[in-house]
Amino acid sequence: MKGGKTILAKERFKLTVERLCHELIEKYEDFSDTCIIGVQERGVLLADRVIERLKVLAPKTNIEYGKLDITFYRDDFRTRVEPLKASSTEIDFLIENKKVILIDDVLYTGRTIQASLAALQDFGRPAQVELLTLVDRRFNRHLPICSDYTGITVDALDEAYVKVEWENLDGQDRILLFSAKRNN
Amino acid sequence: MGYSTLSTKHLLGIKYITADDINLIFQTAENFKDVINRPIKKVPSLRDVTIANLFFENSTRTRISFELAEKRLSADVVNFSAASSSVKKGETLLDTVNNILAMKVDMIVMRHPAAGSHHYLSKHIDASIINAGDGTHEHPTQALLDAFSMREQLGDLKGKKIVIVGDIMHSRVALSNIFCLIKLGAKVKVCGPPTLIPKYITSLGVEVEYSIKKALEWCDVANVLRIQLERMDIKYVPSLREYSMYYGVNKKLLDSLNKKIVIMHPGPINRGVELSSDVADSDQAIILDQVENGVAVRMAVLYLLAGNRAN
Repeated sequence: MKGGKTILAKERFKLTVERLCHELIEKYEDFSDTCIIGVQERGVLLADRVIERLKVLAPKTNIEYGKLDITFYRDDFRTRVEPLKASSTEIDFLIENKKVILIDDVLYTGRTIQASLAALQDFGRPAQVELLTLVDRRFNRHLPICSDYTGITVDALDEAYVKVEWENLDGQDRILLFSAKRNN
Repeated sequence: MGYSTLSTKHLLGIKYITADDINLIFQTAENFKDVINRPIKKVPSLRDVTIANLFFENSTRTRISFELAEKRLSADVVNFSAASSSVKKGETLLDTVNNILAMKVDMIVMRHPAAGSHHYLSKHIDASIINAGDGTHEHPTQALLDAFSMREQLGDLKGKKIVIVGDIMHSRVALSNIFCLIKLGAKVKVCGPPTLIPKYITSLGVEVEYSIKKALEWCDVANVLRIQLERMDIKYVPSLREYSMYYGVNKKLLDSLNKKIVIMHPGPINRGVELSSDVADSDQAIILDQVENGVAVRMAVLYLLAGNRAN
Protein backbone atom coordinates (compact mmCIF):
# COMPACT_ATOMS: atom_id res chain seq x y z
CA MET A 1 0.00 0.00 0.00
CA LYS A 2 1.76 3.15 -1.22
CA GLY A 3 0.98 6.79 -1.73
CA GLY A 4 -0.52 7.55 1.65
CA LYS A 5 -0.60 11.20 2.68
CA THR A 6 0.51 12.00 6.21
CA ILE A 7 -2.14 14.08 7.92
CA LEU A 8 -0.73 14.03 11.44
CA ALA A 9 2.78 13.15 12.63
CA LYS A 10 5.48 13.48 15.26
CA GLU A 11 4.95 16.42 17.63
CA ARG A 12 1.38 17.11 16.60
CA PHE A 13 0.52 13.43 16.98
CA LYS A 14 2.02 13.43 20.49
CA LEU A 15 0.25 16.65 21.41
CA THR A 16 -3.06 15.26 20.20
CA VAL A 17 -2.78 12.15 22.39
CA GLU A 18 -1.63 14.36 25.25
CA ARG A 19 -4.64 16.61 24.82
CA LEU A 20 -7.00 13.62 24.83
CA CYS A 21 -5.44 12.44 28.11
CA HIS A 22 -5.92 15.88 29.67
CA GLU A 23 -9.54 15.89 28.56
CA LEU A 24 -10.02 12.56 30.35
CA ILE A 25 -8.33 13.83 33.52
CA GLU A 26 -10.51 16.94 33.45
CA LYS A 27 -13.64 14.80 33.29
CA TYR A 28 -12.70 11.85 35.48
CA GLU A 29 -10.23 13.43 37.97
CA ASP A 30 -9.19 10.43 40.09
CA PHE A 31 -10.68 7.81 37.76
CA SER A 32 -12.60 6.11 40.57
CA ASP A 33 -15.04 3.46 39.33
CA THR A 34 -13.70 4.02 35.85
CA CYS A 35 -12.15 1.61 33.41
CA ILE A 36 -10.56 1.95 30.02
CA ILE A 37 -11.38 -0.62 27.36
CA GLY A 38 -9.37 -0.77 24.15
CA VAL A 39 -10.96 -2.34 21.08
CA GLN A 40 -8.80 -5.07 19.51
CA GLU A 41 -6.61 -4.83 17.60
CA ARG A 42 -5.60 -1.28 16.69
CA GLY A 43 -7.74 0.44 19.28
CA VAL A 44 -5.61 -1.30 21.90
CA LEU A 45 -2.52 0.44 20.56
CA LEU A 46 -4.10 3.82 21.26
CA ALA A 47 -5.41 2.63 24.62
CA ASP A 48 -1.90 1.41 25.55
CA ARG A 49 -0.52 4.86 24.77
CA VAL A 50 -3.29 6.64 26.68
CA ILE A 51 -2.71 4.43 29.74
CA GLU A 52 1.04 5.02 29.51
CA ARG A 53 0.56 8.80 29.44
CA LEU A 54 -2.13 8.84 32.16
CA LYS A 55 0.30 7.06 34.49
CA VAL A 56 2.69 9.98 33.99
CA LEU A 57 0.14 12.80 33.98
CA ALA A 58 -1.98 11.47 36.85
CA PRO A 59 0.36 9.11 38.74
CA LYS A 60 -1.84 8.65 41.79
CA THR A 61 -4.72 7.12 39.90
CA ASN A 62 -5.21 3.43 39.46
CA ILE A 63 -7.20 2.79 36.29
CA GLU A 64 -8.52 -0.62 35.38
CA TYR A 65 -7.62 -1.50 31.83
CA GLY A 66 -9.12 -4.17 29.57
CA LYS A 67 -8.94 -5.24 25.94
CA LEU A 68 -12.05 -6.20 24.05
CA ASP A 69 -12.23 -8.37 20.94
CA ILE A 70 -15.42 -7.92 18.97
CA THR A 71 -14.91 -10.43 16.15
CA PHE A 72 -17.74 -12.70 17.28
CA TYR A 73 -20.11 -9.74 17.66
CA ARG A 74 -19.72 -8.27 14.18
CA ASP A 75 -22.85 -7.90 12.09
CA ASP A 76 -21.01 -8.43 8.79
CA PHE A 77 -19.66 -11.86 9.74
CA ARG A 78 -21.44 -13.87 7.08
CA THR A 79 -21.37 -11.25 4.35
CA ARG A 80 -17.58 -11.08 4.24
CA VAL A 81 -15.70 -13.27 1.82
CA GLU A 82 -13.63 -14.76 4.62
CA PRO A 83 -14.21 -14.89 8.36
CA LEU A 84 -12.11 -12.60 10.50
CA LYS A 85 -9.59 -14.09 12.85
CA ALA A 86 -10.28 -13.25 16.45
CA SER A 87 -7.91 -11.66 18.97
CA SER A 88 -8.05 -12.19 22.68
CA THR A 89 -10.35 -10.42 25.09
CA GLU A 90 -8.62 -9.52 28.34
CA ILE A 91 -11.10 -8.07 30.78
CA ASP A 92 -10.52 -9.58 34.20
CA PHE A 93 -12.98 -7.36 36.05
CA LEU A 94 -16.72 -6.77 35.89
CA ILE A 95 -17.83 -3.49 34.37
CA GLU A 96 -21.08 -3.54 36.35
CA ASN A 97 -21.86 0.06 37.43
CA LYS A 98 -18.50 1.30 36.19
CA LYS A 99 -17.82 4.26 33.95
CA VAL A 100 -16.32 2.89 30.77
CA ILE A 101 -14.07 4.78 28.41
CA LEU A 102 -14.08 2.89 25.14
CA ILE A 103 -11.06 3.52 22.94
CA ASP A 104 -10.65 2.88 19.22
CA ASP A 105 -8.25 4.42 16.74
CA VAL A 106 -10.58 5.35 13.87
CA LEU A 107 -14.33 5.97 14.06
CA TYR A 108 -15.70 5.27 10.59
CA THR A 109 -19.08 3.61 9.95
CA GLY A 110 -19.76 3.13 13.66
CA ARG A 111 -20.32 -0.61 13.25
CA THR A 112 -17.26 -1.56 15.28
CA ILE A 113 -18.50 0.60 18.13
CA GLN A 114 -21.99 -0.87 17.87
CA ALA A 115 -20.48 -4.37 18.14
CA SER A 116 -18.29 -3.21 21.03
CA LEU A 117 -21.32 -1.95 22.93
CA ALA A 118 -23.05 -5.31 22.40
CA ALA A 119 -19.93 -7.17 23.53
CA LEU A 120 -19.53 -4.94 26.60
CA GLN A 121 -22.95 -5.99 27.85
CA ASP A 122 -21.60 -9.50 28.36
CA PHE A 123 -19.32 -8.13 31.07
CA GLY A 124 -22.01 -6.34 33.07
CA ARG A 125 -24.14 -3.21 32.88
CA PRO A 126 -21.92 -0.15 32.83
CA ALA A 127 -23.04 3.05 34.53
CA GLN A 128 -22.03 4.97 31.42
CA VAL A 129 -19.93 4.51 28.31
CA GLU A 130 -17.93 7.21 26.57
CA LEU A 131 -15.98 6.91 23.35
CA LEU A 132 -12.48 8.18 22.65
CA THR A 133 -11.08 8.02 19.12
CA LEU A 134 -7.98 9.46 17.55
CA VAL A 135 -9.65 9.93 14.14
CA ASP A 136 -13.27 10.76 13.48
CA ARG A 137 -14.41 10.31 9.87
CA ARG A 138 -17.60 12.19 10.48
CA PHE A 139 -19.20 11.95 7.01
CA ASN A 140 -19.03 8.17 6.70
CA ARG A 141 -21.28 7.03 9.52
CA HIS A 142 -23.86 4.23 9.05
CA LEU A 143 -25.21 4.48 12.58
CA PRO A 144 -26.07 7.26 15.04
CA ILE A 145 -22.79 7.00 16.96
CA CYS A 146 -20.39 9.79 17.80
CA SER A 147 -17.16 10.19 19.66
CA ASP A 148 -16.93 12.05 23.01
CA TYR A 149 -13.19 12.71 22.74
CA THR A 150 -11.75 13.15 19.27
CA GLY A 151 -8.13 13.55 18.19
CA ILE A 152 -8.69 14.88 14.70
CA THR A 153 -11.64 15.01 12.38
CA VAL A 154 -11.08 13.77 8.85
CA ASP A 155 -13.48 14.56 6.03
CA ALA A 156 -12.80 12.03 3.29
CA LEU A 157 -14.58 10.11 0.58
CA ASP A 158 -15.99 6.65 1.21
CA GLU A 159 -13.25 5.07 -0.91
CA ALA A 160 -10.52 6.58 1.23
CA TYR A 161 -8.77 4.71 3.98
CA VAL A 162 -7.25 6.14 7.14
CA LYS A 163 -4.49 4.31 8.98
CA VAL A 164 -2.95 5.15 12.34
CA GLU A 165 0.67 3.99 12.68
CA TRP A 166 2.54 3.56 15.93
CA GLU A 167 6.20 4.03 16.75
CA ASN A 168 6.58 0.72 18.56
CA LEU A 169 4.93 -1.23 15.75
CA ASP A 170 5.30 0.65 12.47
CA GLY A 171 8.43 2.77 13.12
CA GLN A 172 6.81 6.14 13.72
CA ASP A 173 3.70 7.78 15.08
CA ARG A 174 1.55 9.14 12.28
CA ILE A 175 -1.85 9.14 10.65
CA LEU A 176 -2.02 8.38 6.94
CA LEU A 177 -4.78 9.02 4.44
CA PHE A 178 -5.00 6.78 1.35
CA SER A 179 -7.16 7.73 -1.58
CA ALA A 180 -8.15 4.11 -2.46
CA LYS A 181 -9.54 1.53 -0.06
CA ARG A 182 -7.22 -1.14 1.24
CA ASN A 183 -8.10 -4.37 -0.51
CA ASN A 184 -8.82 -6.76 2.33
CA MET B 1 -6.61 -8.43 12.31
CA GLY B 2 -5.87 -11.47 10.17
CA TYR B 3 -8.16 -13.03 7.66
CA SER B 4 -8.40 -16.77 7.64
CA THR B 5 -10.50 -19.51 6.28
CA LEU B 6 -10.72 -23.28 6.16
CA SER B 7 -9.80 -25.08 2.96
CA THR B 8 -13.08 -26.98 3.01
CA LYS B 9 -16.80 -26.36 3.09
CA HIS B 10 -17.58 -29.54 5.06
CA LEU B 11 -15.87 -31.32 7.90
CA LEU B 12 -16.17 -34.89 6.67
CA GLY B 13 -13.02 -36.20 8.28
CA ILE B 14 -9.55 -35.19 9.42
CA LYS B 15 -8.13 -36.96 6.38
CA TYR B 16 -9.54 -34.24 4.13
CA ILE B 17 -8.30 -31.15 5.97
CA THR B 18 -4.79 -29.69 6.23
CA ALA B 19 -2.49 -29.01 9.18
CA ASP B 20 -3.18 -25.29 8.61
CA ASP B 21 -6.90 -25.95 8.96
CA ILE B 22 -6.29 -27.80 12.21
CA ASN B 23 -4.15 -25.00 13.62
CA LEU B 24 -6.71 -22.38 12.59
CA ILE B 25 -9.42 -24.37 14.38
CA PHE B 26 -7.20 -24.51 17.49
CA GLN B 27 -6.53 -20.76 17.48
CA THR B 28 -10.23 -20.03 17.11
CA ALA B 29 -11.10 -22.59 19.80
CA GLU B 30 -8.80 -20.80 22.24
CA ASN B 31 -10.89 -17.64 21.79
CA PHE B 32 -14.10 -19.60 22.30
CA LYS B 33 -12.73 -21.31 25.40
CA ASP B 34 -12.30 -17.80 26.75
CA VAL B 35 -15.91 -17.01 25.84
CA ILE B 36 -17.42 -20.09 27.54
CA ASN B 37 -15.59 -19.27 30.77
CA ARG B 38 -17.15 -15.82 31.02
CA PRO B 39 -20.20 -15.04 33.16
CA ILE B 40 -22.20 -14.69 29.92
CA LYS B 41 -21.14 -17.60 27.76
CA LYS B 42 -22.72 -16.53 24.53
CA VAL B 43 -21.78 -14.57 21.42
CA PRO B 44 -24.11 -13.55 18.58
CA SER B 45 -21.95 -14.76 15.65
CA LEU B 46 -24.36 -17.32 14.13
CA ARG B 47 -27.64 -15.61 14.92
CA ASP B 48 -28.87 -15.97 11.33
CA VAL B 49 -27.85 -19.63 10.96
CA THR B 50 -30.04 -22.68 11.46
CA ILE B 51 -28.37 -25.98 12.24
CA ALA B 52 -29.93 -29.45 12.23
CA ASN B 53 -28.42 -32.13 14.45
CA LEU B 54 -29.20 -35.48 12.85
CA PHE B 55 -28.35 -38.42 15.08
CA PHE B 56 -28.94 -41.80 13.50
CA GLU B 57 -26.89 -43.37 16.28
CA ASN B 58 -26.92 -42.92 20.04
CA SER B 59 -24.88 -40.19 21.65
CA THR B 60 -24.76 -38.21 24.89
CA ARG B 61 -21.58 -36.18 24.99
CA THR B 62 -21.21 -35.34 21.31
CA ARG B 63 -24.82 -34.37 20.91
CA ILE B 64 -24.97 -32.15 23.99
CA SER B 65 -21.60 -30.69 23.14
CA PHE B 66 -22.68 -29.77 19.61
CA GLU B 67 -25.97 -28.39 20.82
CA LEU B 68 -24.29 -26.22 23.46
CA ALA B 69 -21.71 -25.05 20.93
CA GLU B 70 -24.49 -24.06 18.54
CA LYS B 71 -26.50 -22.28 21.22
CA ARG B 72 -23.47 -20.39 22.52
CA LEU B 73 -22.97 -19.08 19.00
CA SER B 74 -26.65 -18.01 18.97
CA ALA B 75 -27.59 -20.36 16.12
CA ASP B 76 -31.09 -21.81 15.85
CA VAL B 77 -31.04 -25.53 16.49
CA VAL B 78 -33.30 -28.42 15.51
CA ASN B 79 -32.71 -31.92 16.79
CA PHE B 80 -33.51 -35.18 15.18
CA SER B 81 -32.96 -38.72 16.31
CA ALA B 82 -33.56 -41.73 14.13
CA ALA B 83 -35.40 -43.66 16.81
CA SER B 84 -38.39 -41.30 16.77
CA SER B 85 -38.46 -40.40 13.07
CA SER B 86 -39.81 -41.42 9.67
CA VAL B 87 -36.58 -43.31 8.99
CA LYS B 88 -38.43 -46.14 10.66
CA LYS B 89 -41.09 -45.82 7.94
CA GLY B 90 -38.52 -46.45 5.22
CA GLU B 91 -37.47 -42.98 4.13
CA THR B 92 -34.00 -42.78 2.51
CA LEU B 93 -31.21 -40.69 4.01
CA LEU B 94 -31.16 -38.24 1.10
CA ASP B 95 -34.92 -37.75 1.26
CA THR B 96 -34.80 -37.17 5.01
CA VAL B 97 -32.04 -34.58 4.67
CA ASN B 98 -33.59 -32.85 1.66
CA ASN B 99 -36.84 -32.49 3.54
CA ILE B 100 -35.04 -30.91 6.44
CA LEU B 101 -33.11 -28.59 4.14
CA ALA B 102 -36.36 -27.54 2.44
CA MET B 103 -37.24 -25.95 5.78
CA LYS B 104 -34.25 -23.60 5.25
CA VAL B 105 -31.58 -25.21 7.35
CA ASP B 106 -28.03 -23.95 6.72
CA MET B 107 -25.82 -26.60 8.30
CA ILE B 108 -26.07 -30.28 9.10
CA VAL B 109 -24.35 -32.02 12.00
CA MET B 110 -24.78 -35.75 11.50
CA ARG B 111 -23.90 -39.01 13.16
CA HIS B 112 -24.65 -42.12 11.13
CA PRO B 113 -23.78 -45.82 11.53
CA ALA B 114 -22.75 -46.15 7.86
CA ALA B 115 -19.16 -45.13 7.07
CA GLY B 116 -19.07 -42.64 4.20
CA SER B 117 -22.67 -41.45 4.55
CA HIS B 118 -21.43 -37.87 4.94
CA HIS B 119 -19.46 -38.09 1.71
CA TYR B 120 -22.51 -39.33 -0.08
CA LEU B 121 -24.61 -36.47 1.27
CA SER B 122 -21.96 -33.85 0.51
CA LYS B 123 -22.23 -34.74 -3.18
CA HIS B 124 -25.97 -34.16 -3.24
CA ILE B 125 -26.68 -31.15 -1.03
CA ASP B 126 -25.43 -27.58 -0.68
CA ALA B 127 -25.46 -27.14 3.09
CA SER B 128 -22.25 -27.53 5.10
CA ILE B 129 -21.97 -30.96 6.69
CA ILE B 130 -20.13 -31.76 9.90
CA ASN B 131 -19.38 -35.38 10.64
CA ALA B 132 -20.20 -36.25 14.25
CA GLY B 133 -19.19 -39.86 13.70
CA ASP B 134 -19.78 -42.22 10.79
CA GLY B 135 -19.67 -45.90 11.69
CA THR B 136 -16.12 -47.11 12.27
CA HIS B 137 -14.72 -44.47 9.93
CA GLU B 138 -14.08 -40.99 11.38
CA HIS B 139 -15.08 -38.73 14.26
CA PRO B 140 -13.21 -35.55 13.37
CA THR B 141 -14.35 -33.19 16.12
CA GLN B 142 -13.34 -35.74 18.76
CA ALA B 143 -9.84 -35.94 17.27
CA LEU B 144 -9.63 -32.15 17.18
CA LEU B 145 -10.63 -31.78 20.81
CA ASP B 146 -8.25 -34.59 21.82
CA ALA B 147 -5.34 -32.94 20.03
CA PHE B 148 -6.38 -29.53 21.42
CA SER B 149 -6.38 -30.98 24.95
CA MET B 150 -2.99 -32.63 24.39
CA ARG B 151 -1.63 -29.32 23.13
CA GLU B 152 -2.79 -27.60 26.31
CA GLN B 153 -0.80 -30.14 28.35
CA LEU B 154 2.31 -30.52 26.19
CA GLY B 155 2.54 -27.46 23.95
CA ASP B 156 3.32 -28.02 20.28
CA LEU B 157 2.67 -31.68 19.43
CA LYS B 158 5.54 -31.98 16.99
CA GLY B 159 7.69 -34.95 18.06
CA LYS B 160 5.46 -35.74 21.07
CA LYS B 161 4.71 -39.41 21.70
CA ILE B 162 1.13 -40.52 21.83
CA VAL B 163 -0.21 -44.02 22.25
CA ILE B 164 -3.77 -45.00 21.43
CA VAL B 165 -4.83 -48.00 23.50
CA GLY B 166 -7.68 -50.43 22.95
CA ASP B 167 -10.15 -51.30 20.25
CA ILE B 168 -8.40 -49.71 17.27
CA MET B 169 -10.35 -51.79 14.77
CA HIS B 170 -13.81 -50.49 15.60
CA SER B 171 -12.84 -47.00 16.70
CA ARG B 172 -13.55 -43.96 14.55
CA VAL B 173 -11.89 -41.96 17.32
CA ALA B 174 -8.66 -43.90 16.77
CA LEU B 175 -8.65 -43.32 13.02
CA SER B 176 -9.39 -39.60 13.27
CA ASN B 177 -6.83 -39.26 16.07
CA ILE B 178 -4.17 -40.94 13.94
CA PHE B 179 -4.82 -38.63 10.96
CA CYS B 180 -4.87 -35.56 13.18
CA LEU B 181 -1.78 -36.33 15.27
CA ILE B 182 0.32 -37.33 12.27
CA LYS B 183 -0.65 -34.14 10.45
CA LEU B 184 0.54 -32.20 13.51
CA GLY B 185 3.88 -34.02 13.50
CA ALA B 186 3.37 -36.24 16.56
CA LYS B 187 4.67 -39.81 16.84
CA VAL B 188 1.85 -42.29 17.23
CA LYS B 189 1.72 -45.89 18.41
CA VAL B 190 -1.34 -48.05 18.71
CA CYS B 191 -1.61 -50.71 21.38
CA GLY B 192 -4.17 -53.46 21.89
CA PRO B 193 -4.85 -57.15 21.40
CA PRO B 194 -3.78 -58.34 17.90
CA THR B 195 -7.39 -59.15 17.01
CA LEU B 196 -8.39 -55.51 17.51
CA ILE B 197 -5.51 -53.98 15.52
CA PRO B 198 -6.28 -53.72 11.77
CA LYS B 199 -3.75 -55.51 9.60
CA TYR B 200 -2.55 -52.55 7.52
CA ILE B 201 -2.67 -49.89 10.23
CA THR B 202 1.08 -49.23 9.86
CA SER B 203 0.45 -47.87 6.36
CA LEU B 204 -1.00 -44.79 8.10
CA GLY B 205 2.40 -44.04 9.61
CA VAL B 206 1.85 -45.46 13.09
CA GLU B 207 3.68 -48.22 14.93
CA VAL B 208 2.08 -51.17 16.67
CA GLU B 209 2.96 -52.20 20.22
CA TYR B 210 1.31 -55.21 21.82
CA SER B 211 2.68 -54.69 25.35
CA ILE B 212 0.76 -52.07 27.28
CA LYS B 213 3.66 -51.60 29.73
CA LYS B 214 6.15 -50.85 26.95
CA ALA B 215 3.66 -48.57 25.22
CA LEU B 216 3.04 -46.53 28.36
CA GLU B 217 6.75 -46.31 29.14
CA TRP B 218 7.34 -44.85 25.68
CA CYS B 219 4.55 -42.29 25.53
CA ASP B 220 3.79 -38.77 26.83
CA VAL B 221 0.03 -39.24 26.47
CA ALA B 222 -2.13 -42.36 26.46
CA ASN B 223 -5.51 -42.02 24.78
CA VAL B 224 -7.48 -44.99 26.10
CA LEU B 225 -10.46 -46.16 24.05
CA ARG B 226 -13.57 -48.11 24.90
CA ILE B 227 -14.10 -51.71 23.82
CA GLN B 228 -17.02 -51.33 21.41
CA LEU B 229 -18.97 -54.48 22.09
CA GLU B 230 -21.92 -53.17 20.09
CA ARG B 231 -19.84 -53.18 16.90
CA MET B 232 -18.38 -56.66 17.39
CA ASP B 233 -20.16 -59.36 15.45
CA ILE B 234 -17.79 -62.05 16.68
CA LYS B 235 -15.67 -62.44 19.81
CA TYR B 236 -12.45 -60.50 19.39
CA VAL B 237 -11.37 -60.90 23.01
CA PRO B 238 -12.05 -63.98 25.17
CA SER B 239 -13.69 -61.92 27.92
CA LEU B 240 -13.79 -58.38 29.23
CA ARG B 241 -12.04 -59.60 32.37
CA GLU B 242 -9.16 -60.96 30.35
CA TYR B 243 -8.99 -57.75 28.29
CA SER B 244 -8.88 -55.73 31.48
CA MET B 245 -6.06 -57.89 32.89
CA TYR B 246 -3.87 -57.47 29.79
CA TYR B 247 -4.80 -54.04 28.48
CA GLY B 248 -6.61 -52.26 31.30
CA VAL B 249 -4.85 -49.11 32.56
CA ASN B 250 -4.75 -49.07 36.36
CA LYS B 251 -2.98 -47.20 39.14
CA LYS B 252 -0.45 -49.96 39.76
CA LEU B 253 0.62 -49.97 36.13
CA LEU B 254 0.97 -46.18 36.05
CA ASP B 255 2.92 -46.14 39.33
CA SER B 256 5.38 -48.64 37.92
CA LEU B 257 6.39 -46.15 35.17
CA ASN B 258 9.29 -43.80 35.77
CA LYS B 259 7.32 -40.74 34.64
CA LYS B 260 3.89 -39.20 34.88
CA ILE B 261 1.93 -39.52 31.67
CA VAL B 262 -1.34 -37.87 30.68
CA ILE B 263 -4.37 -40.15 30.48
CA MET B 264 -7.22 -39.38 28.10
CA HIS B 265 -10.48 -41.11 27.25
CA PRO B 266 -13.13 -40.00 24.74
CA GLY B 267 -15.96 -41.45 26.87
CA PRO B 268 -18.13 -43.22 27.68
CA ILE B 269 -15.80 -45.03 30.09
CA ASN B 270 -16.33 -48.66 31.00
CA ARG B 271 -14.91 -48.32 34.50
CA GLY B 272 -12.89 -51.35 35.48
CA VAL B 273 -12.46 -52.52 31.89
CA GLU B 274 -10.14 -50.25 29.90
CA LEU B 275 -9.59 -47.76 32.73
CA SER B 276 -9.77 -48.35 36.47
CA SER B 277 -11.75 -45.86 38.57
CA ASP B 278 -8.73 -44.63 40.53
CA VAL B 279 -7.03 -43.67 37.25
CA ALA B 280 -10.13 -42.15 35.67
CA ASP B 281 -10.59 -39.90 38.73
CA SER B 282 -6.91 -39.10 39.26
CA ASP B 283 -5.22 -35.81 38.41
CA GLN B 284 -3.36 -37.54 35.59
CA ALA B 285 -6.63 -37.99 33.71
CA ILE B 286 -7.85 -34.95 31.74
CA ILE B 287 -11.12 -36.55 30.69
CA LEU B 288 -13.30 -33.67 31.88
CA ASP B 289 -10.97 -31.10 30.30
CA GLN B 290 -11.53 -32.95 27.05
CA VAL B 291 -15.28 -32.52 27.47
CA GLU B 292 -14.92 -28.79 28.21
CA ASN B 293 -12.62 -28.31 25.23
CA GLY B 294 -15.12 -30.21 23.09
CA VAL B 295 -17.58 -27.31 23.23
CA ALA B 296 -14.91 -24.73 22.36
CA VAL B 297 -13.52 -26.81 19.48
CA ARG B 298 -17.00 -27.44 18.05
CA MET B 299 -17.81 -23.73 18.31
CA ALA B 300 -14.65 -23.03 16.32
CA VAL B 301 -15.57 -25.57 13.62
CA LEU B 302 -19.13 -24.26 13.31
CA TYR B 303 -17.96 -20.63 13.27
CA LEU B 304 -15.32 -21.20 10.62
CA LEU B 305 -17.55 -23.31 8.36
CA ALA B 306 -20.45 -20.87 8.67
CA GLY B 307 -18.08 -18.08 7.63
CA ASN B 308 -17.04 -20.10 4.61
CA ARG B 309 -20.58 -20.24 3.32
CA ALA B 310 -20.32 -16.68 2.07
CA ASN B 311 -18.20 -17.96 -0.83
